[in-house]
Amino acid sequence: MALSTVGITPAETITTPQAGGVRRRRTSAGYVLTVCAFLLPSAIPLALFVLGPMIAAAWISFTEWNLITPMEFIGWANYQSLLADERTGEVFLHTLQYIAGYLPLVYIGGLALALALNRALKGRSLWRGIYFLPVVTSWIAVAIVWRWLLNPNNGVVNVALGWFGIDGPGWWTDPDWAMVSIILASAWKDLGFVMVILLAGLQSINPDLYDAAKVDGAGPWSRLKNVTIPMLSPSTFFVVVISLINGFQVFDQVYAMTGGGPGGSTQVVVQQIYDLTFRYGAAGEASALSWLLFIVILAVTVIQIIGQKKWVHYA
Amino acid sequence: MRDSLRTESRSSRKATPAAKSKSVVLHVAVIAGALAMFFPFLWTFITSITPGAGFSIAPQLWPGSPSFEAYQTLFTERPFARVVANSLGLALVTTVVQLFTSATAAYAFSRLPFRGRGVVFAIYLATMMIPLQVLIVPLFAELKAFGLLNTYLGALLPTFASAFGIFLLRQAINQVPRELDEAATLDGAGHFRVFTQIVLPNIRPALATLTVFAFMSSWNAFLWPLVVLRSPELQTLPIALAGLQGQYTTAWDVVMAGSVVSILPMLALYIFAQKYIIQGVASSGIK
Repeated sequence: MALSTVGITPAETITTPQAGGVRRRRTSAGYVLTVCAFLLPSAIPLALFVLGPMIAAAWISFTEWNLITPMEFIGWANYQSLLADERTGEVFLHTLQYIAGYLPLVYIGGLALALALNRALKGRSLWRGIYFLPVVTSWIAVAIVWRWLLNPNNGVVNVALGWFGIDGPGWWTDPDWAMVSIILASAWKDLGFVMVILLAGLQSINPDLYDAAKVDGAGPWSRLKNVTIPMLSPSTFFVVVISLINGFQVFDQVYAMTGGGPGGSTQVVVQQIYDLTFRYGAAGEASALSWLLFIVILAVTVIQIIGQKKWVHYA
Repeated sequence: MRDSLRTESRSSRKATPAAKSKSVVLHVAVIAGALAMFFPFLWTFITSITPGAGFSIAPQLWPGSPSFEAYQTLFTERPFARVVANSLGLALVTTVVQLFTSATAAYAFSRLPFRGRGVVFAIYLATMMIPLQVLIVPLFAELKAFGLLNTYLGALLPTFASAFGIFLLRQAINQVPRELDEAATLDGAGHFRVFTQIVLPNIRPALATLTVFAFMSSWNAFLWPLVVLRSPELQTLPIALAGLQGQYTTAWDVVMAGSVVSILPMLALYIFAQKYIIQGVASSGIK
């Protein structure tokens, strides 16, 4: 969503007044009242519950505060202690591990599905519907169901692996496999979302391009490489930007599947923010960490928007 | 989808044996994948009707004596009737309020020119980029100061305006021909009447999409309700479900029954509103 917003030109957002009558009313008190009546219902909640807290978070990040006793201004100390603390590096590393596993899985899987379901298939909308199903379910339900599927004692996945003589791993109980478990559950949940975005992209490709490529003697593989992939790049870009934003904010599934464990092996940034606030009473440090996270997300997004010129082709 | 005719005719034109066997392989792969995707849902349901399901017994593909007693446990020993009512109530209020605040704002951004509107719109959109996690601590403090912790209102207030909803509806209103407004204005209609009688009836599909999304996001919301709704009688489904997992570590039939109760309403909504949900997701990726 955020991305589509980036593409808006100023010319599009500012509509010219249609008639002289409107222009005259623009300055009248009645018109000002009308504008307020239409805007205030959304402006008040946004100001009170998004913009205000955003600024407050910046202030809190320079204080020591346990949510109960009065705040104490301590300057950059929270940021300094965060940067000195090796756990900060660890929680960012775990978050990156999650993204590195999740993004390729969900993109390649989603692309394969979109390509398959863009063809003439019997019962196509039913299959499409089933692949999309996990997207509408709650993260908590998904996490709990996957904990059950992947449980090492008599879990259905390990039992099935056993049929092939494979001794299944300890999944979320094993520090080496806990993040893999979270990645698998997340990819399962989001596959349908990526598929739908890429399907919409595939269907907006001009079919004449394929006919032209065929006339030039391009085979199916060459058409995928030279027509589909480049023409799909705006949708790919959207998927990558959104997945990275959401990936850095990964929390619900971690909270419900491992709670950051075992042995802190899946402690991600947001889980750390939550624990700092509500477990260790360090709301100032939590705010500082949340601002660091926001800056990282913003930087990653801006770099992608700048970098897109190199590989994203807008028709 | 609008390309279906095109691909259909193309494939029937060249029904060579090779193409036919390729199509069979494709069908088998897609269907096998769909079954694998669906299996966790099926397994959740099967576990929920298997009394005594847990880590100690081997999985059964169909329980020897299926029973719904886990659901009974949920609604008699646990306050799940209350929990479901909480989730439903919060989702309905969020949806109605978001429809109102999004439609009015979208109308202003589409039809009411004023100086600085572009900037205001940009600020609105920027709020979409702010992660909820950044807001958690100050929001918690703010609602504590208002005395709204542990109240429904506290859970609801931050969901009242949605930049995504405003963006979605503004795109839709921009598509409504301005000649319709002008005709109504000539008949003496003010902005309020143009809004309710011309614009709203013409953007029904977008309103339906937003309805589904607002409901879905409220029904599935976790982090904010977890922070603000601490007393058990106010909990929503995702929180009660997370708590259930902690308490019934051995009774997985009960935990899975809770999952079914949380998933089923979304499943029903999805079946009825599939078109709007997929449209909403697809349109978010296209400018």
